[in-house]
Amino acid sequence: MKFIQIKNCYKVYKNGVTAIADLSLDINKGEFVFVIGASGSGKSTLIKMLYREEKPTKGIVEIGGINVGKIRNRTVYKLRRKLGIVFQDFKLLPKLTVYENVAFALECIGMKSSEIRPKVLKALEHVGLKEKVRSFPNELSGGEQQRVCIARAIVNDPKLLICDEPTGNLDPKTSQEIMNVLDDINKNLGTTIIMATHDKDIVNKMKKRVITLDSGVLFEDHEKGSFKISETI
Amino acid sequence: MKPFRIIYRSIRDSFKSVLRNFSLSMASIICTTITLILVALAIIVTVNVNYVTKTMEEELTIVAYANKETTSDEINEIETKIKNISGVKEVVYKSKEEWRVEMKNNSPTLKVTLDYLESNPLLDSFVITVEDVEDLAPTARLIREIEHIESASYGEGMVEEIIGVFNIIKTVTIAIVIALVVVTAFLISNTIKLTIFSRRSEIEIMRLVGSSNISIKLPFVFEGFLLGLVGSFIPIIITVYGYIIAYEKLGGTVSFGVIELVNPMPFVLYTSIVLVVIGSVVGMIGSARAVRKYLKI
Repeated sequence: MKFIQIKNCYKVYKNGVTAIADLSLDINKGEFVFVIGASGSGKSTLIKMLYREEKPTKGIVEIGGINVGKIRNRTVYKLRRKLGIVFQDFKLLPKLTVYENVAFALECIGMKSSEIRPKVLKALEHVGLKEKVRSFPNELSGGEQQRVCIARAIVNDPKLLICDEPTGNLDPKTSQEIMNVLDDINKNLGTTIIMATHDKDIVNKMKKRVITLDSGVLFEDHEKGSFKISETI
Repeated sequence: MKPFRIIYRSIRDSFKSVLRNFSLSMASIICTTITLILVALAIIVTVNVNYVTKTMEEELTIVAYANKETTSDEINEIETKIKNISGVKEVVYKSKEEWRVEMKNNSPTLKVTLDYLESNPLLDSFVITVEDVEDLAPTARLIREIEHIESASYGEGMVEEIIGVFNIIKTVTIAIVIALVVVTAFLISNTIKLTIFSRRSEIEIMRLVGSSNISIKLPFVFEGFLLGLVGSFIPIIITVYGYIIAYEKLGGTVSFGVIELVNPMPFVLYTSIVLVVIGSVVGMIGSARAVRKYLKI
């Protein structure tokens, strides 16, 4: 079942740079997909188009039957509530505790406090941080901060989790821990995961579908692929 | 109810973030306090200056004299005619007899002179006050046209000069207040902008986790309101106590009793309301505008 459909998609920035050129992709529900490519290959642009931070210049980006490119700025929040987004730089609020950071995503959508609590604790349990609820982000290690970010992304039970280089700032061991968490979410919750990454080891180890971009063009799309940028590009 | 929950959380979060961003909040509050003190001073000076000019203007009158041979019926007729002129506030009649008694009482020399004369050489008169001092000249002209009126004068020349000076003073002081309010609005909203600039990542995160624009804006708007409100406390205390104490110490007048001051009640209350409104409204608008910059609308 096609969950994400990208058809003949182009993205040309105002300065004339073509980030994505004639990209067509289908991603099924429950898939775990890596998006790889050298810097400037269009990975980040593709990810940003998925959560509608950028609009395609031409073509269609569809998630769950909704044409994301057609969503107006004013109503983007409705899409974001159905997605989970994990960033390389965590994007946690430094003055909120771990609990508050995760609860924040639910408070924003006006959920009742009584409903928020069990959901937040469940999400934190899922990423193995239940005992750190009262800590502030600066009291946590990089890996722990990223796990808080993942908890925040999954607390609303999204169908799609978008990860923009989530292990970019982490050491190999911590990266592997994060990948285990993501894999677990994908397998147990059935969440579709799209992850842009530079991390060769992880891609090779996970044996998932790999989409390789080169100068905004789809270069390779392999089921159970491996990291091949260095050899091919 | 979802909207109420969002409003409640916005208010709660605004209090939290004022405390959590304490130094920036203090900067905004102090800035508001200082500028509002200036506004309060300007308002006090302006209102008092206007009050003084108004009381002085009220003392400007037209004095009209009737002809020597005017009968009492004609006097009544003249009085009615004057009262019928539009813009006339009050007409006070004073007969030549009353004048004579008053002059005799005032000066012994005049008493001798007046006693010496057989008939009363003085004229019946009317003292006319007008609603607007600008109407003095045209009213005097109309009175002169009335039958049996000998003359009508209001201190031509000098009065025009006084009114001109008063008008300049009024315009200048009001312009100063408006300019100060504008500067205050600018300063407060700029300080709040800085506060929000330092929290743009917070706004970005709110957008990414799916906050609607209104629920992002609300806590900041409440925060701006709160900062403006707290910032107006000290200026209000200074205005209320400062003015009341100064009024009592000076006995309500300045320059040896020549200039009368505005009574503190309810003047200080109105001024306080103006200060609270300026502080909180400018705070709200300032922060709403600053947040808007970081929202993609």
